[in-house]
Amino acid sequence: MLSPFLSVIGRDVKLAFRAGGGIGTAFGFFLTVVVLLPIGIGPDQALLQRIAPGALWIALLMSVLLSADRIYTADYEDGSLEVMAIGPAPLEVVALAKALAHWLTAGLPLAIAAPLLGFLLNLRADLVPGLLLSMITGSLALSMLAALGAAVTVGLRKGGLLISLLILPLYIPLMIFGVTASTGGQAGPDISTSSYLILAAVVLLSVVVSPVASAAALRAHMR
Amino acid sequence: MFNYLANPTRFLRLQKAVQPWLIAATVLVLGYGLYLGLFVAPPDYQQGETVRIMFIHVPASILAMGIYVFMAIAHAVGFIFRHPLADAAAKAAAPVGAVFTFISLATGSLWGKPMWGTWWVWDARLTSMFVLFLLYLGYIAVWQAVEEPHRASRIAGIVALVGVINVPIIKFSVEWWNTLHQPSSLLRKGGPAIDPTILTPLLWCIAGFALLAAVLVLHALRAEVLARRVRQMELAQVGRAG
Repeated sequence: MLSPFLSVIGRDVKLAFRAGGGIGTAFGFFLTVVVLLPIGIGPDQALLQRIAPGALWIALLMSVLLSADRIYTADYEDGSLEVMAIGPAPLEVVALAKALAHWLTAGLPLAIAAPLLGFLLNLRADLVPGLLLSMITGSLALSMLAALGAAVTVGLRKGGLLISLLILPLYIPLMIFGVTASTGGQAGPDISTSSYLILAAVVLLSVVVSPVASAAALRAHMR
Repeated sequence: MFNYLANPTRFLRLQKAVQPWLIAATVLVLGYGLYLGLFVAPPDYQQGETVRIMFIHVPASILAMGIYVFMAIAHAVGFIFRHPLADAAAKAAAPVGAVFTFISLATGSLWGKPMWGTWWVWDARLTSMFVLFLLYLGYIAVWQAVEEPHRASRIAGIVALVGVINVPIIKFSVEWWNTLHQPSSLLRKGGPAIDPTILTPLLWCIAGFALLAAVLVLHALRAEVLARRVRQMELAQVGRAG
């Protein structure tokens, strides 16, 4: 069970790095949002400082969403997904591995890079550790839910549009708890620890639900 | 009853027999409720006549949430017992629920303008209702996007069930985030906090809206059953020709 799991992760990570995969696209998109934002709203340092954590979260979320449909589309089209489905590991394990590989190649690197790009937005230095921690944790759930959306829409011609409509509602709690965990939000910094704990709970829930639901959706598509 | 309805022909027969009575009950109950609410109930001492929006707004909101839960339960029944009408019932209910959600958002907006001074605020309850509307749209879009009906019903079921897990999380998260809307005054400890002159018409309206929803869903379900039958006949015809 463990070796198919690891080999699916290894394969997907390699593909993402070597085959001109999504990492570059996701990074480029992230950078575009961070650079265009101050140009769009004006170079007011105080305003930028106030919105920086939220803006970085939005950029992270959009970049993960943008790279979502590469999780299953290619494998579904060339038939490797069917090979994985009849392989030794249950499809749930494959789905978990695919989602983790997406996190390793999209969510995690972006979360680590975000505080660096935050300096372009005049991010307060004392917020960096909290932001980094909440983004690394939260991006795991972003990838899990993106994988679920990708599994549900695999093989549909209008999949790209549908995926954002389906995932957007699921991302709202993550966004709220992620941003309040980074900054304390309206209620002030006291609230950030409890927000972080709830964020972690939602992440754990997504790790349980996403592989099961993705596998069910993939089975329905491959019947 | 449950097994009895597993036969679509029996369902169609029952629906045909029940429908006129349901329609009559809807007209009477909803008519009486709206009459009480719009003409008999006194204006609020603070909000004046605008309080009458409530007699549309509150029932629509309750049904918007109720129908989504109904859809999820119907899909769960479909997954567990393979009941042939369960997923069709969920499919039939979705547009009705989406329209109720829209009515709730629109009337809330009309009510918010005089009371809060703005059409829209990003308050917890408004946000969660808006998200519910998005969930409905996503669900309906899945039925549209997947061509083969059997596959569509499984995918839509997954979407509905994941959505229903998420509804309480969304609700909790947005309350964490921001609250302006008043808390529920109907279901709360110590009984409703509404005067009987307003509560009575409100309850009549809620019952009337629920009956209306039942009429619409049953009608849409009938149409869905017939559409599936037509599809099977067409497939059979193609099969014979080929």
